[in-house]
Amino acid sequence: MYKVVIGLEVHSELKTETKCFCSCENKFGGEPNTRCCPVCTAMPGALPVLNKKAVEYAIKAGLSVGCRINEYSVFERKNYFYPDLAKAYQISQLEYPLCVGGHVDIEVDGKKKTIRLDRIHLEEDAGKLIHSPNGTMVDYNRAGVPLIEIVSMPDIESAEEAVLYLQKLRATLLYLGVSDCKMQEGSLRCDVNLSLHKEGEPFGTRTEMKNLNSFRAVYRAIKYEAKRQEEELEAGREIVQETRRWDDNAGKSYSMRSKEDAQDYRYFPDPDIVPIIVRKDYIEKIQKDLPKLAYQRAEEYVKNLGLTEQDALLLTNEKYVSDYFDQVIKEFNEPKFVCNWILGEVFKKLNTLDNEEIEILISPKNMAKLLKLYHAQTIGQNVARKLLDELWGTDDDPEIIVKEKGLAQNNDAKGLEEIIKNIMQNNQKAVEELKNGNQKTMAFFVGQAMKATSGKANPKLVNEIVQKLIK
Amino acid sequence: MDYLNKSLFEIKELLESGKISSVELTKMCLEQIKHTQNINALISVCEDFALKTAKRVDEDRKNGKKLGALAGIPIVIKDNINLKGTKTTCASKFLENFVSPYTATCAQKLIDADAVIIGKANMDEFAMGSSNENSAFGAALNPKNTMCVPGGSSGGSAASVSAYQCFGALGTDTGGSIREPASFCGVVGLKPTYGRVSRYGVVAFASSLDQVGTLTRSVKDSAIMLEVISGQDKNDMTSSAEKVPNFSNIKSDIKGLKIGIAKEFFNENLNEEVKKSLDDAISFYKKNGAELVDISLPSLDKALAVYYIISSAEAASNLARFDGVRYGVRAQKFSDINDLYFKSRSQGFGGEVKRRIMLGNYVLSSGYFDAFYRKAKKAQKVLKQEFSAAFSKCDVIISPTTANVAFKIGEKSSDPLSMYLTDIFTVPINIVGVPAMSIPCGKNKDGLPIGMQLIAKQWNEEMLFRFGEIFEKNHKEAKNV
Repeated sequence: MYKVVIGLEVHSELKTETKCFCSCENKFGGEPNTRCCPVCTAMPGALPVLNKKAVEYAIKAGLSVGCRINEYSVFERKNYFYPDLAKAYQISQLEYPLCVGGHVDIEVDGKKKTIRLDRIHLEEDAGKLIHSPNGTMVDYNRAGVPLIEIVSMPDIESAEEAVLYLQKLRATLLYLGVSDCKMQEGSLRCDVNLSLHKEGEPFGTRTEMKNLNSFRAVYRAIKYEAKRQEEELEAGREIVQETRRWDDNAGKSYSMRSKEDAQDYRYFPDPDIVPIIVRKDYIEKIQKDLPKLAYQRAEEYVKNLGLTEQDALLLTNEKYVSDYFDQVIKEFNEPKFVCNWILGEVFKKLNTLDNEEIEILISPKNMAKLLKLYHAQTIGQNVARKLLDELWGTDDDPEIIVKEKGLAQNNDAKGLEEIIKNIMQNNQKAVEELKNGNQKTMAFFVGQAMKATSGKANPKLVNEIVQKLIK
Repeated sequence: MDYLNKSLFEIKELLESGKISSVELTKMCLEQIKHTQNINALISVCEDFALKTAKRVDEDRKNGKKLGALAGIPIVIKDNINLKGTKTTCASKFLENFVSPYTATCAQKLIDADAVIIGKANMDEFAMGSSNENSAFGAALNPKNTMCVPGGSSGGSAASVSAYQCFGALGTDTGGSIREPASFCGVVGLKPTYGRVSRYGVVAFASSLDQVGTLTRSVKDSAIMLEVISGQDKNDMTSSAEKVPNFSNIKSDIKGLKIGIAKEFFNENLNEEVKKSLDDAISFYKKNGAELVDISLPSLDKALAVYYIISSAEAASNLARFDGVRYGVRAQKFSDINDLYFKSRSQGFGGEVKRRIMLGNYVLSSGYFDAFYRKAKKAQKVLKQEFSAAFSKCDVIISPTTANVAFKIGEKSSDPLSMYLTDIFTVPINIVGVPAMSIPCGKNKDGLPIGMQLIAKQWNEEMLFRFGEIFEKNHKEAKNV
């Protein structure tokens, strides 16, 4: 009877070569404080200089979700003290963000649902605190890494929808190539704003939840918070406007600070950074050069390659899968065959891996070779499956392996016919049964043929020969 | 004193003709610094660095190597300008032991022009003040009368030039911090157009108003130095791509040019002797062919309020990085991170700096932002329009630099408001962003210098040099020399 109202704030680190306001390398990890300079450690007198690439990436993200790009946008200072924030202000945007509006469409129970966006703005990341027995240390390697903050409208109504939204957003950013979206490394982060209300009544008081490091955590935290708020309301208590921290191990969230302790960030335009004027033709050029997104690739797969819509969607869910498919069919132009194999065997393989950063660990070239062997019936299905396991994580050439291990299928029709005739002679009873229409007996002959050829006989061929011989 | 009392451009010729070596000259300056130690103009003296540079320049000169525009000339820079390996204290206890890990663009340009950086000048803490009394290392004194302040915040730079310790100095000017001390010490002080000189490596007070400029003993010296330090810098987004003209080639003629006179600059608070000097200067220009034009700047009296809102807001944010975490003062005992911030900042900052930080955070806080900060930005726009309208009628505007000559040490230090009022004529220039120069135009009965302010359009520093030099050539007695 309560409706859940959710708005998400997604932070995504842009994978530019250098940081947002200095020329330090933008890369995850590294020895602490090896990727910093007077600017990102806020030495007295240092000044920020905006990285144009970061603006370009943010505009790309904006255009791909239908935002309007502000031709005039302003960076502001968000002032607060924290040791990971060297300047004691974060360069962010408030009044004039780079991108406004836009939407992300998701599919809920087979129906399209639009989640509207409020804005996307560009800002800088902070450093990291490292807690040790000797005290707390600060690592500024991450300080100044460009971030986009994607703020949704409160259009999300369930944990499921939130995850669908995040998946769609993540896929879009990956297709654009502007972020690597690794939640575990923090290059994709998400804060959840959640409130409850009854149909027809105004929105309730909302809470904000932080420290959500996986889609699963987002899902669980939303379920938890919706239940917690419902219990509060049922018990006749009011929801306190507060920021809560999700503890994934405990499966619970805890209050971090209430509205009364909320900071006044004293935003004002950063006088060190001139307002950003983005020319129309520049926006148009970015729009024109946008890479194909998932739905566009899927459309092409259906139109140009004859895949089913269902298969095309599955294939384009993740950019790396679609990229992989494209590379394999470049070597071996049998799209449907390759698609079936990837959606079947490769997905099965990927699902067994307990790893968020999944990768297909066979080069597209070797995969194409493997599939050519299978397609030409040089190897059978079982061998092909076994080879997939065997080649995973190696650079071994399937052609050589097949040769070396003698895995090639026996497609010698004449030779097989001799063998089968021999089997039939020794098993007259089975021949009779088969003639009488007992198809189960076919399996017996195939089995015998396999035994006689050490498992290399082409089962299809064996079948054909047996059928021919009993006529 | 045969060499020390020369202008920069004069000593440049003597160095080039081999009349004196840079090492000899540098030693003389170092000696003079010792002789005049009582004025407390410098926070640190870069003796080794200076002598090493001087020696290198002399050798290069001997070997016929092409040298920069300031080759071998001893120069002082204000102690809020980073010079790698030297202390940059900003006259604050907070940065007492801070050693710069990098060099500011303007300092690097001096080095690239083969200048000999000889010392780092005293100032008001973080450039906040008009008397140089807000220095953690003691007040600098006015060389013309050591009972008086040298002005501020670039008081040390002005005093050093005035006391012949060097041939030119860099200062910074956020609301008059170059022009007011220049006026008090009888030297030439130039605040260029905002964006003319890179701010990279200059410790920020109010980023949208700060500008690096020069203090020299002649107008031509100022032009030579400005030419060296100007230009766009990839490390400062607010530095301009505007072409840097050949400033040192100053036109001598002002015939037909128009001087704007705004009554708002000549109000009842103006000291009689200052007024007399200004009237004489105006007559001089008229006699030399300039046309006098009445202009109006009706919002001029709002400039000081606008200034204290904008500059304090920016300062509060700029100075937040001094938190005791990475460098500077860190309190010995603290209970948690907030206590560390609180104690370190309480111990490290002086009273005036704390006052501005509080004021700045107040005007930015929610509920007050619109009433103060946003309103001040609106008023700034109005002032810009008024100046722009005025400049459609004239080439320069003339005004006193300050309403009075240098005041006594301690006279205003307990009354911040009267101290703030000292800058009433200089502050509007920073709000508008145009260039202005203070040049000596007389002395009062006690022999204290009087300064006049020449103001030009954006990017039109040439006009200041032109008006400045013709006056200077005809008023030797007004000069420091």
